[in-house]
Amino acid sequence: MTHLPIYEEPGVYLLVGAFLFAAGLYGLIRRRTLIGMLIAGELIFSAASLNLLAFNRFVAADPTVGQLFVLFIMGLAAAEVAIVLSIVIAVYRQYRSVSTRDLSELKG
Amino acid sequence: MIKFPAAAAVLSGIFLVFLATTVAGALLAALSTRVIRSVCGLALCCLGLAGLYYFLHSPFLALMELLIYVGAVCVTIVFAIMLAEPDESRTAAPRAATAGWSAAALFASGGVFWGLARLAGQVAWAPPPARLNDGSVPAVGRALLTTHSLTFELISVVLLVAILGALVIARPGRSQL
Repeated sequence: MTHLPIYEEPGVYLLVGAFLFAAGLYGLIRRRTLIGMLIAGELIFSAASLNLLAFNRFVAADPTVGQLFVLFIMGLAAAEVAIVLSIVIAVYRQYRSVSTRDLSELKG
Repeated sequence: MIKFPAAAAVLSGIFLVFLATTVAGALLAALSTRVIRSVCGLALCCLGLAGLYYFLHSPFLALMELLIYVGAVCVTIVFAIMLAEPDESRTAAPRAATAGWSAAALFASGGVFWGLARLAGQVAWAPPPARLNDGSVPAVGRALLTTHSLTFELISVVLLVAILGALVIARPGRSQL
């Protein structure tokens, strides 16, 4: 086992991916506004992308598949952001607030 | 094995800078109380991620990360923050409930991180016996227009529908004007 430089170790990338996922999960539970939760969701998307690219680089036989997959994830994330932000604007127009505490009309 | 150890050291230093940028951006995005700082953290995190993608032999994706996330997603979120004032008021929530949710969130995310990190450290990832191509930008373009052309077109349809849906939802409508 020769000594590899740190950027050739798959474990480092997987560790950063796990950290991004944990940070996104923490934000998703902890945030009290819709936009904050959206940002935490974007962190989770990034964690998935980084994981896929790390496996693509170190394990996959066809190195284009992972790149295309991550490209499609980026497209879906952009679509999701557009939809969520328009919902946020509509909710703000209705309730004058985007805090999750105030959006409890359906609660029994 | 490595011919120029000094070059490897410089590369490791650059890699560590990108790593620290990603981690700091994620921490800023998850922990700061003001939403605008959180967006700045997201942009910082995506900047570091673009560098990590470059180290993973995907320069095209590094460029796309900068273009889509920093250039489009973060700017759109900033627009939404300007339109709907989303800052959390400090006095709105009772103290005990906030601390309880904090502890629960910390426990859940810490547990997930610990499990995933353990899993990543335990397995010895074996390199593939042979690679079909070099994963360069021409190879990505060829795969995009041959093998994955249907997915490519579907993503364009999804984006079109999403933009139309966003317009329909955010627009007040003629009857309410």
